[in-house]
Amino acid sequence: MPKQKQLQVSAIENGTVIDHIPAASLFYVIAILGLDQIPNQTTFGANLDSHKFGKKAIIKVADKFFERDEINKISLVAPHAKLNIIRGYEVVEKRDVTIPDEVVGIVKCFNPKCVTNNEGVLTRFRVEDKEDLALKCHYCEKITSRDELQMV
Amino acid sequence: MKNKSLVSISDYSRDEILKVLELAALFEARPNRPLLRDKVVASLFFEPSTRTRLSFETAINRLGARVIGFTDSSSSSTTKGETLKDTIKMVSNYADLIVMRHPLEGSARYASEQARVPVINAGDGANQHPTQTLLDLYSIKKTQGTLDNLNIYMVGDLKYGRTVHSLLMALSHFNPTFYFVAPKELAMPREYKIFLKERGIPFYEQFEMGKLDQADILYMTRVQKERFSDPMEYERVKNAYVLRNAMLAGTRDKLRVLHPLPRVNEIHVDVDSNPKAYYFEQAENGVYTRMGIIAAIMGLEAELTNN
Ligand SMILES: [Zn+2]
Repeated sequence: MPKQKQLQVSAIENGTVIDHIPAASLFYVIAILGLDQIPNQTTFGANLDSHKFGKKAIIKVADKFFERDEINKISLVAPHAKLNIIRGYEVVEKRDVTIPDEVVGIVKCFNPKCVTNNEGVLTRFRVEDKEDLALKCHYCEKITSRDELQMV
Repeated sequence: MKNKSLVSISDYSRDEILKVLELAALFEARPNRPLLRDKVVASLFFEPSTRTRLSFETAINRLGARVIGFTDSSSSSTTKGETLKDTIKMVSNYADLIVMRHPLEGSARYASEQARVPVINAGDGANQHPTQTLLDLYSIKKTQGTLDNLNIYMVGDLKYGRTVHSLLMALSHFNPTFYFVAPKELAMPREYKIFLKERGIPFYEQFEMGKLDQADILYMTRVQKERFSDPMEYERVKNAYVLRNAMLAGTRDKLRVLHPLPRVNEIHVDVDSNPKAYYFEQAENGVYTRMGIIAAIMGLEAELTNN
């Protein structure tokens, strides 16, 4: 393991390190997980070099362990994110994120005539295609794809 | 089906579709059955649609229920900025059933989640209009004697025409063969072709109607000039999607021509007197079909089939 990476993941005593976030998605991930709302000590690194992505971002949250459902919400903007669970300065578990079957309240429906965009309705989608990302709106039944993806 | 909202045609299984059509036939045989004498039905038209509203309100009246509601949102509280949610919550305190038409897509699904009573979608923008689909199916079954194994021609605007999309999905339960006749710009969208392929339902795409001798149903739709990015292209193709009486020579005796109405010029008036023209009867079937839908949702099935 390169020395720099080891430093990045081992700097907290207990908590979670979310690695391999595309640099452009950092602030979405913060918003989706509500990290701007919690009292935990949190460190962000942006525009770090990555072999996979060119530029990546990393988030370290002390004393926070995410539920699987909660963390899967970020899969839409950071499908290759890796979670490192830290206890006593050691990585005790590594996890991938997976795209859930249903997406609630994170993504905007791309259809301007959809009731969710006009009546303040919480969005809800069924994930029809996880590879190419096709989100079928529970309300207007239109498909929102990756190119049209916008966060609420 | 009792107490279940009807928002999208995919809310109904094959058996549920057939059940509604069965009830509709009972109403056609005897239209005045005031079985809902003590009920109130709300008819909420957030955008005007005289044709659909009159059909629904006739159905409700023939069932003996009272109608409350409004005919377009300019005369309702929504112009004062009341949210759809609040209107639906209020109305579901008064009515036993809500019939709703609204310009926003998905509004009916949302209303069905907010209402304490069932909701029937009478059109939510360009999305769904399931009662139109059921009346189309009723017309097909009545004229063909069955819904199974039919050759269905869909002609005209297959891209934006929500009626053809819903009809396609509903007929997918009945082993059809589809012929899609449309200009390139208005072709059947890919998602529906994938839907058919996944179910092994055969379909053929063509630019012209050609020989119609194998057709059981000819479902015509409007081809609107505004849908074309190039107005010259419209001028070039428009005549290919107009049905004339002479084109019906040599077709099957049972063939029927359907159209959701209103038509513009896609069916020449010389077709009207041909016994294969069915679009006016089709509209009349709407009342019986809507009675059947309301009866199924209000749980009248046992009462109806016992006498
Ligand atoms: Zn939508």
